[in-house]
Amino acid sequence: MKIRTLGRHIKESGKSIARNGWMTFASISAVTVTLLLVGVFYVILMNLNEVATSIEKDVSIKVLVDTTAGETEREDLLNKLKKMDKIESIIFSSKEQELDELITSFGDEGDLFKELYEERNPLNDAFIIKTKDPIDTMEVAKQIETFDYVYKVNYGKGEVEKLFNVIDASRNVGLALIIGLLFTAIFLISNTIKITINSRRKEIEIMRLVGATNGFIRWPFFLEGLWLGILGSIIPITLIAFLYKEVYSYIQPKLEGHFIRLLEFTPFIYEVSGLILGLGCLIGTLGSLLSVRKFLKV
Amino acid sequence: MITMKEVYKRYPNGVVAANGIDIQIDQGEFVYVVGASGAGKSTFIKMMYREEKPTSGQIIVNGVDITKLKNSKVPLFRRNIGVVFQDFKLLPKLTVYENIAFALEVIEESPRVTKKKVMEVLELVNLKHKARMFPNELSGGEQQRVSIARSIVNSPLVVIADEPTGNLDPDTSWEIMRIFEEINARGTTVIMATHNKEIVNTKKHRVIAIENGLIVRDEQRGDYGYEN
Ligand SMILES: Nc1ncnc2c1ncn2[C@@H]1O[C@H](COP(=O)(O)OP(=O)(O)OP(=O)(O)O)[C@@H](O)[C@H]1O
Ligand SMILES: [Mg+2]
Repeated sequence: MKIRTLGRHIKESGKSIARNGWMTFASISAVTVTLLLVGVFYVILMNLNEVATSIEKDVSIKVLVDTTAGETEREDLLNKLKKMDKIESIIFSSKEQELDELITSFGDEGDLFKELYEERNPLNDAFIIKTKDPIDTMEVAKQIETFDYVYKVNYGKGEVEKLFNVIDASRNVGLALIIGLLFTAIFLISNTIKITINSRRKEIEIMRLVGATNGFIRWPFFLEGLWLGILGSIIPITLIAFLYKEVYSYIQPKLEGHFIRLLEFTPFIYEVSGLILGLGCLIGTLGSLLSVRKFLKV
Repeated sequence: MITMKEVYKRYPNGVVAANGIDIQIDQGEFVYVVGASGAGKSTFIKMMYREEKPTSGQIIVNGVDITKLKNSKVPLFRRNIGVVFQDFKLLPKLTVYENIAFALEVIEESPRVTKKKVMEVLELVNLKHKARMFPNELSGGEQQRVSIARSIVNSPLVVIADEPTGNLDPDTSWEIMRIFEEINARGTTVIMATHNKEIVNTKKHRVIAIENGLIVRDEQRGDYGYEN
């Protein structure tokens, strides 16, 4: 296409955006609301996911060895564990170590335990196991439960699974919501363009009469849809970038020292902005192509 | 240049508007198409520039069978044909000059050529002095002259006009007629459907008469042949 022609199409599309003021405003608003919700939702979801993943990475299995087990039985158990290929590391923690850990975890009140259990330590020796892939945690734990001299197997999987369930559920609900919104926005844009087309019926009729190609006729409408999409993504991008920066600088310091963290402002915000802009363009052009298609049937 | 062979046209509502038309029109001819209202004149004409497709039969224009023409090829085909209507079909927000230039802009003609060609046709229809006016500032006859100028600005091989004088008073009609004859004198084929008995009987050309979708008469230098 010639530059001059492109210039003409851009001018035409701009003119009709200006001419259909209210309808333009309505569809830009629809796109704005849609993209804002999509963006906020995406930001929350991705951060939940990040938190869940960081927790998940930290999940370990604690195998409590039965108190009836002697030195040899414990060695047998360790050898059995070592043979499992899904396991990455095994650390032994004697019951004395376990008690120390318990006492320190209680801080000042820990002294109480110290006195209480100085004589007879009620805790078990333990193996602390990490699997190569966090996904396998539950399976491996179940398997170990069947081994001899295993008193009990603990793993934090329960909490992580709950978190993942929450994420999954909200992802599904959100997805349905977003798809609904996307369709509404596309519908509104296609209606706006239909009105545009209607007000230019005569023009199109003459264009066809004198031999303008369908592509040529379609371009301004295509661009109009594109502009609506782009205009509709400006507010969501700015607002989300601003809000995320605020939220990030508020929450992140509080998370220092914990293993959970939020996604860093950059490059994450570029990713979100790109997604919003891309969706905006998609909504706009889909809407316009939808409305022009029927019109150009010969 | 235009050949129709056994052309039938049945509209979706069941009306048969062409009932086996055979015709041959040569390059440079001037042809009147006459007949009562509803006889099928407009349908006959619309099939020539593929506004309507015949139900069966062959239509060959400039050596191309346009009944077999792909939709995507129709725009290029139309560039060889100028069409004029009773209601002018001008764009109210464009000036006279812009209305004519529009026809070249949308087929991506260069601004230089566009300007040259528009000035030429404005001269031909004698409206150079009104180039900057808007259609609603012109008389009906002047508007029709703009519309004719637009139809020939791309130098088509044929100009097809459906009742071009239908909305005009007799004096203005003669002026329109003069322009068509001048276009024809330059070698362009002119096909004109009309109810104007005066013109047909005075400016003698080939007359094709249609009744109930059939050509019932085809005479060189013929008469209108109906009482209005
Ligand atoms: N798009 C259409 N759909 C259905 N029927 C149509 C259509 N166009 C025309 N007809 C019918 O076909 C017949 C011929 O119509 P056409 O317009 O060709 O007549 P015409 O000779 O041009 O008449 P007029 O002198 O009034 O312009 C008429 O009966 C008309 O009702
Ligand atoms: Mg007619």
